[in-house]
Amino acid sequence: MNIQTTALDVAKIREDFPILAREVHPGVPLVYLDSTATSQRPRQVVEAMERLIYHSNANIHRGIHVLAEEATAAYEEARGKIAKFINAPSARQVIYTRNTTESINLVAQSWGRANLKAGDVVILTEMEHHSNLVPWQILAMEKNLRLEFIPVTEDGLLDLDAYRELLTLEPKLVAFTQMSNVLGTINPAKEIIVLAHAAGAVTLVDGAQSVPHLPVDVQALNADFLAFSAHKMLGPTGIGALYGRKELLEAMPPFMGGGDMIKRVELRSFQPNSIPHKFEAGTPAITEAIGFGAAVDYLNQIGMVAVESYEQEIVAYALERLAEIPGVRVFGPEAEQKGAVVSFLLDDLHAHDISQVLDMHGIAVRAGHHCAQPLHDKFGITSTARASFYIYSAFEEVDKLVAGIYKVKEMFA
Amino acid sequence: MDDLYRELIIERYKSPQFRGELDPHDISFEDDNPLCGDHIRVDLRLDENDTVTEAAFSGQGCAISQASADLLMESVVGKSLAEVKALTKDDLLDLLGIELGPVRLKCALLSLKVLKAGAYGLGEANDDLVE
Repeated sequence: MNIQTTALDVAKIREDFPILAREVHPGVPLVYLDSTATSQRPRQVVEAMERLIYHSNANIHRGIHVLAEEATAAYEEARGKIAKFINAPSARQVIYTRNTTESINLVAQSWGRANLKAGDVVILTEMEHHSNLVPWQILAMEKNLRLEFIPVTEDGLLDLDAYRELLTLEPKLVAFTQMSNVLGTINPAKEIIVLAHAAGAVTLVDGAQSVPHLPVDVQALNADFLAFSAHKMLGPTGIGALYGRKELLEAMPPFMGGGDMIKRVELRSFQPNSIPHKFEAGTPAITEAIGFGAAVDYLNQIGMVAVESYEQEIVAYALERLAEIPGVRVFGPEAEQKGAVVSFLLDDLHAHDISQVLDMHGIAVRAGHHCAQPLHDKFGITSTARASFYIYSAFEEVDKLVAGIYKVKEMFA
Repeated sequence: MDDLYRELIIERYKSPQFRGELDPHDISFEDDNPLCGDHIRVDLRLDENDTVTEAAFSGQGCAISQASADLLMESVVGKSLAEVKALTKDDLLDLLGIELGPVRLKCALLSLKVLKAGAYGLGEANDDLVE
């Protein structure tokens, strides 16, 4: 068994995350294996937010005073960092939102409402998070759209032959996750987008899991929209981003109305501001945006190639160790095709019970349908336990998970 | 913390005594826990005085939700419909004899919510029933 890792100095990284040193029960240290739900935040992110609050706090884009100018500069500087992180051609193509969910709703309610009509086909996949299903269901009800789904195979991969078949329906939109939050499957985004464009469809990539864990380049992918959240990539909650192709964003109607999104307002009419401000009505999460920028700095300093290769190592090790335990059933593809997410069941136990007993040993995993109920239905189960890893996850924590699973077996033996 | 899975809970989870469906029944109701997708159905038979003569639950869920449903079914046999309607969260927690955090509380209360929605003849279960 090779547990030597080369990609990251995990012990050093862990020093930046004070929460990882706490005990969750007396004498029981935390083993945090729930980063797919939300990641932990390093000191550097908290300190950047603290600096803004203690030193430069003011509202942005208005007010001619030092604080307002510093806050505005920091807010826009963070946008620039986020744009560069995904290789967007311009920072103006990155819109701040609350999270991935809001980013997708923005596309559905603005682009979708303006561009889709009765009978139009939208292609999604069976492995989508509810955030990339329900916004389209809402619009489909309103507009009478036809939703079609790329099937998931037994191995947890997308059935691309079935996808090619669906493309003959001439869809207007193909919206899919680049990495499944349950199976961990890394989908062939580039191929899906090439095929979608050839069929004349616009593409939306749900990057909630991929952007934190893989190098993502919107120009290489040629994605039309990319949605992601800060809190899954070491940043705070309450801030996310939507990247969009410039022509699409410029042609789209506003999403929400209010301050900052306008150029000029009269009593009965308004002219919208230019992008990205057109989509940022009201005072945004300024402090959180600065935290988002600091999270990007932190990941850049490690390097996303190193992040990806470390996660490949730890997920391969986790799958190898879990396979040793009789009665463990892991969902999803082999290590090479997945990110650091392992959803599993044990014997005939319910995921809640697995998770609860693991928690007694300090191990935090998620139990439930992980906001992907249709995917669980597909596999004929209601819920799974999910262990997920990030840059601060140590190989010894995989060993603790394995020991914990044996304790679960013992308890229900 | 270990008390959560005290012997009674594990025993009722592994060998429930009131698991099944009643057909015919006088009252039947089912509902889901949206957090985890668990599902519970409760069937009751009543006599002419509206006293519960038989009770059964079916569906799927974790040890807490299944044990709680089993203990709840046991407790309602012999109760009047009015008494069933008056059952509270605390009555159920007394049966279980454990302390629960906010997430697991929903697991434990699903069967009570379903039972009371059925007893009241409601179209859908709501959380007010188990506040």
